[in-house]
Amino acid sequence: MKIRTVNYMLRQGITGLWRNKNMSLASIGSVAAALVILGLVIILVLNINNVADLAQMQFDTIQVYLKEDISQGQIAEIGDSILRINDVSNIEFESKEQALLNMKERWGDKGYLLDTLEENPLPNSYIIYLNSLDRADFVVVELSKIDGIDEIKYYKEIIDNMLRIASFIRTIGLALIMILVLIAMFIISNTIKLALNARKQEINIMKYVGATNWFIRWPFILEGVVLGLLGAVIALAITYYGYSYAYNAIARKFTVVFSAYLMPVSEMMNTTVVMFAVLGSGVGAIGSIVSLRKHLKV
Amino acid sequence: MIEMINVSKAYPKGVQALTNINFKIEKGDFVFLVGPSGAGKSTFLKLLLKEEDPTTGTIYVGDKDVTKLSNRKIPYLRRTIGVVFQDFRLLPNKTVFENVAFAMEIIEASSKEIRRQVPMILGMVGLSDRASQYPHQLSGGERQRVSIARAIVNNPAVLIADEPTGNLDPDTAWEIMKVLRQINRRGTTVLMATHAKDIVDIMQQRVIALEKGRVVRDQQRGAYGYED
Repeated sequence: MKIRTVNYMLRQGITGLWRNKNMSLASIGSVAAALVILGLVIILVLNINNVADLAQMQFDTIQVYLKEDISQGQIAEIGDSILRINDVSNIEFESKEQALLNMKERWGDKGYLLDTLEENPLPNSYIIYLNSLDRADFVVVELSKIDGIDEIKYYKEIIDNMLRIASFIRTIGLALIMILVLIAMFIISNTIKLALNARKQEINIMKYVGATNWFIRWPFILEGVVLGLLGAVIALAITYYGYSYAYNAIARKFTVVFSAYLMPVSEMMNTTVVMFAVLGSGVGAIGSIVSLRKHLKV
Repeated sequence: MIEMINVSKAYPKGVQALTNINFKIEKGDFVFLVGPSGAGKSTFLKLLLKEEDPTTGTIYVGDKDVTKLSNRKIPYLRRTIGVVFQDFRLLPNKTVFENVAFAMEIIEASSKEIRRQVPMILGMVGLSDRASQYPHQLSGGERQRVSIARAIVNNPAVLIADEPTGNLDPDTAWEIMKVLRQINRRGTTVLMATHAKDIVDIMQQRVIALEKGRVVRDQQRGAYGYED
């Protein structure tokens, strides 16, 4: 295909888009709506997965916080009792001072915030390594029988729950997106039908003069793709600003701890840009192809 | 050049449009296709353009067997056949030049070729001074000449004209016939379906008469032969 031809087709496509402004807007809007919902689902699912991943790093351990008012001797005793439990392979003591240092390190350049604390709020703790992850539930039951333990930090359940929520959101979201995508395709195919009608005479002449079928079809497919891409751009803008806003709001309100668990905006957008572009143009192309099959006898 | 061998066409609803048509048109011929409405003239032309396929029989256009042509090749068949309609079928939002150039654009001619070819063809049909006007600014005869220019701008071997003078007054009709004759003299085969008795009678060209889907007469230097 010659460049001139490509130009011609793009021009035809854009003209068609302009000719049916209202339908074009409806098409763009429906694509944008579908993709915004998709963006929302992506944000939720990716973030939940992200949190789950971070938590999973601590998955093979159980951490027990010790009560504040116990002596060194008692601490050692608790350690012994823990080691006696079957399936515990090793334990590691983390003093409250060490815990504070570790936290500072995790917070990175925001670590200085912790210097303002008047007293160390973190408890002494044991980190318990297991022989096998499957035994975690049993070990937790045994741990709860030991005196002097304030809290058992046990991530398996939390992670399971988060993954369950993520997959639930994914399922519901995908169903919703499917419906919206179908609606968008339907609207686009109607827009293309109007464009076809507007150019009926032209197409008739083109056929008699010997235009190839693809020469006739391409402008309409391009029109559909452009509609889809414009919808994608709008959705992208909404998702980007929406997520940035939420990200910053969360960081402000809940301090950095929370936002550390969120996917950074740029990383988020890397995923969505590609997805939106592919889906937007795909929806547009398929919408117009459906219309061409039904209404254009070449 | 154009040949039909034992061609019959029945439409699905059981209408027998053409029955056992046989004829041969040589390169450079000027042929009138006459007959009452419903005699099968439209079907005849549609078969040549492969808008329809015959139920039985073989059709040659150029050296190609049209009935064996795949759908993908149809556009290339149509590039060898120019078509002119009774209702002109010009694009109202394009100028005369653009209407003619359109036929070249869609077969991906270069703009250099277009700039050379279109004025030449417009000169041939006598519309050089009308190039930048729109169809609504033209008379009926001028519009038909634009549509002829569009039909021949890609140098087809055959020009099919489907009642090209049907919407025109007699004087204008003769203008159009002069243009068609001139195109024919350059070697283009012209096949014209018409109801214009006086034109057929005066031109003294070959006449193929259709009636109820059959060729009832095929005459060199013939006359219209109907009183309708």
